[in-house]
Amino acid sequence: MSRRFNHTLVAGSVLAIALLPAALGDFGVALANDVGISVLVVLGLVLLTGVGGATSFGQAAFVGIAAYASAWLTTVHGASPWLGLLFATTVTGGAALAIGMLTLRLGGHYLPLSTIAWGLAIAMLFGNIEALGRHTGLANIPALQLGPWSLLDARAIYYLIWTIVGLAFLFCHNLLGSRAGRAIRSLRGGSTLLASVGADAYRVRLSLFVTAALLAAVAGWLYAHKNRYISPSPFGLRASIEYLLMAICGGVGHLAGALLGPGLLLALKNLLQDALPMLSKSGERLETLAFGVVFIALLQRARGGAMGFVGRHLGRQATLTPAKPTTVSPLPRRRLPPPGAEVLRVQGVVKRFGGLVAVDGVSFSVAAGEIVGLIGPNGAGKSTLFNLLTGTLPLSAGAVSFCGRDIGGLSARTIASLGMARSFQHVKLRPNMSLIDNVALGAHLRSGCGMLRGGLRLDRREERQIAAEALRQLERIGLAERAFELAGSLPLGTQRVLEVGRALAADPVLLVLDEPAAGLRKLEKRALAELLRRLREEGVTILIVEHDMDFVMKLVDRLVVMNFGAKLLEGTPAAVRADPRVQDAYLGSVA
Amino acid sequence: MSWDLVFILLVDGLANGAVYLLAGIGLVLIFSVTRVVFVPFGDVVAFAALTLAAFEAGRLPPTIGLVALLAVLATGAEAWRLWRAGQPEGILRAILGWGLLPLTPCALAYLAAGSDRPAAVQIAAAILLVLPITPLIARLTLQPIADASVLVLLMVSLVLHFLLSGLGLLFFGAEGTRTRPLTGLAWNIAEGYSVSGQIIMMVVAALLLSLLFYLAFEYTLTGKALRATAVNRRGARLVGIRPAHTALLVYSCASLLAGMIGVLVAPVTTMYYDSGFVIGLKSFIAAIIGAMVSYPLTAAGALVVGVSESFASYWSGALKDAIVFGLLIPVLMLRSAMAQQVEEEVDEIDP
Repeated sequence: MSRRFNHTLVAGSVLAIALLPAALGDFGVALANDVGISVLVVLGLVLLTGVGGATSFGQAAFVGIAAYASAWLTTVHGASPWLGLLFATTVTGGAALAIGMLTLRLGGHYLPLSTIAWGLAIAMLFGNIEALGRHTGLANIPALQLGPWSLLDARAIYYLIWTIVGLAFLFCHNLLGSRAGRAIRSLRGGSTLLASVGADAYRVRLSLFVTAALLAAVAGWLYAHKNRYISPSPFGLRASIEYLLMAICGGVGHLAGALLGPGLLLALKNLLQDALPMLSKSGERLETLAFGVVFIALLQRARGGAMGFVGRHLGRQATLTPAKPTTVSPLPRRRLPPPGAEVLRVQGVVKRFGGLVAVDGVSFSVAAGEIVGLIGPNGAGKSTLFNLLTGTLPLSAGAVSFCGRDIGGLSARTIASLGMARSFQHVKLRPNMSLIDNVALGAHLRSGCGMLRGGLRLDRREERQIAAEALRQLERIGLAERAFELAGSLPLGTQRVLEVGRALAADPVLLVLDEPAAGLRKLEKRALAELLRRLREEGVTILIVEHDMDFVMKLVDRLVVMNFGAKLLEGTPAAVRADPRVQDAYLGSVA
Repeated sequence: MSWDLVFILLVDGLANGAVYLLAGIGLVLIFSVTRVVFVPFGDVVAFAALTLAAFEAGRLPPTIGLVALLAVLATGAEAWRLWRAGQPEGILRAILGWGLLPLTPCALAYLAAGSDRPAAVQIAAAILLVLPITPLIARLTLQPIADASVLVLLMVSLVLHFLLSGLGLLFFGAEGTRTRPLTGLAWNIAEGYSVSGQIIMMVVAALLLSLLFYLAFEYTLTGKALRATAVNRRGARLVGIRPAHTALLVYSCASLLAGMIGVLVAPVTTMYYDSGFVIGLKSFIAAIIGAMVSYPLTAAGALVVGVSESFASYWSGALKDAIVFGLLIPVLMLRSAMAQQVEEEVDEIDP
């Protein structure tokens, strides 16, 4: 649907939320307040779990930390609730930073399991600390006061809650469309993908984790001063899981799901609370059952949630919109080494996996402005060598220098920042991001706006530059007309070309391509070869690891042939073609 | 801290460890074959304890109603699946397998109820009665999404805990119970150093059962099929091992273990309908120390968790659980650091 439709929808929602208290009774307004507070928490979960792929079963603990922090400061020390907000966000943010640093490096299902552990442990602490009132909690928490107005009344605090929800929404929406947002949306592609564009997956995840905790903190602060009484029970594991249920119910991959989920679920819960006691004396007991049945049915039948049904009729996630190229100054470019200067030198590189020597003392070099091909039969060690050069695997012995700098022990991310851009043998694109966003991810290191500036839209000038650059690279690889399509809709061959575009957006000194021609049709191969030749004329140096002999022979200046982990020979395509050792390696010896 | 106190805490820790070892074996068994982190394991333990308590009180255990309800639902689900798949001829078998078979222990329990039955009969009836619970629950909730990501399965399993504790409250009520000790004997090692027969029994039972499981895995064809499934699900399927069958088998084994644990802990702890959760979570920590796949390491982990718990409870009774859960974080970090860094794309929740 059109942009205009989306704008109308947003304006309509804002108007509806503003007018809602007039239509609702006191009870309805109180419910709407609860929904608003949950929306804040779920918004954080959508970012963290739905977009970033890190599941948290402990979000209610953060709500609790903030609620207790502000309640403690305002009741025990008589401070203003606004000071309480500052204190609550600081404490929660600090706690999230500490927990995140401890657990976010955990792989696989260990991370969600650890969230259960700390979520439970924190909730238990609340009930056992004397200063926090143990299981009875803290009462007489002051209501909020905004200048001369008291926000004691549910209708008064309604506007504060929903203004904060609106601002948080705007922040998250801007964030996802920004440079940091592109990194966040790429988290699910794996840390190798992020490292290849120079981003640190761990740091992106950590800042995302803290952001989600801060959203929960604001919710906890509102909760404490709205209810004016807190006890440990609403911050336990069960509450965390309810937040997750809300997120999944609304659609965990969409920001709008954070609005729909809590609304749907709390309305349903309310309905059940009214209806169940009529069915049975033990209505409260049935509530837990109903909660379980709904959640399991949802996970079995509709994991996309409400947005899974609505989402496909609405506009997609934020995507870059380039301005006219003439109006923006281009992103600064790297100074390329003069043609003929040595760019990459590989000396006696060895890689052992236990007893297996996958790469055995390989040496060669690549000069600026040339295309070098690295070929060899299956199992020759090409891909391992490729991973050694790009820093994905550590060297066992030997040295690699890039632009005169020793890169032997450096991380993939640092090597990428020095100007080595790579593609992947198994394409690593984000299928749900537009082509232009995928390419813009490549320019990550040529720009610097962080999450805060992205969320506050203080990054517009830089974003226009990135958009212009991404569009320029798309033109360069011949995909400019499809800039706003989703990368997942492209055929495999074109996806490989798009990966070259993403690598180009990093303004690389050396382009390292892992089997770029695999899966391409004949015409596509010809176009790719044409593109690579053009890049060479523009001064880009290229190293290709390739299977397709025909493609390589016509393209490269020099070839390095590998067999059984060692270098067999090095030379021009003609010389390699004529060499009997190469023929033996590929076709088997006749003798 | 005096030596006799250390001794008491160690013995206590050993007894806890025995429980976590058995539960840990159950969890590892389920996870390695089905990839489900089976959180509601502890709830089944609590159900077994409460069932035994009902027998002792001379009442008809409410578990019968629970099992019957689950059996009806599972039979319905299976019949509906067969009907939709166009195999109505299989429905009769489904009714026999999913309906009548789980109801058999109910009938036995009905006969065993009454105040004057020997303890052994009551115990056997209690264990048999909870046996169908795990397979039935798994059939209803986990089997339909057996191929979903570990994360989705984990969510379902967490929610299952709430579902089961809701059912527990509905069927068993909120009162806590403690059963008669299985033995009144005690073993005096020295002056002031004695170990109760109950604890010895728990440790011995844990050791015997783990040995039994070890032998079954090493030397029977079924055990080998389970191990094959754990190593590579697709590979196992290709050689003719049916994942639904192996899953059913491990859920039954786990249920059996849960029943035995319930009977063993019922005399030493007051059990409520929701006491099982904490037992389950702590066995998890043991299982995670064993990386969810290794049985010997799980045993070591169970011991560590049990002993830390008993020392933590001496230091601060209220915070002991928080301390034990806190233990998980360094364990996870160690595990994560030791694990090979395999590049994997993160599971998507929505398809």
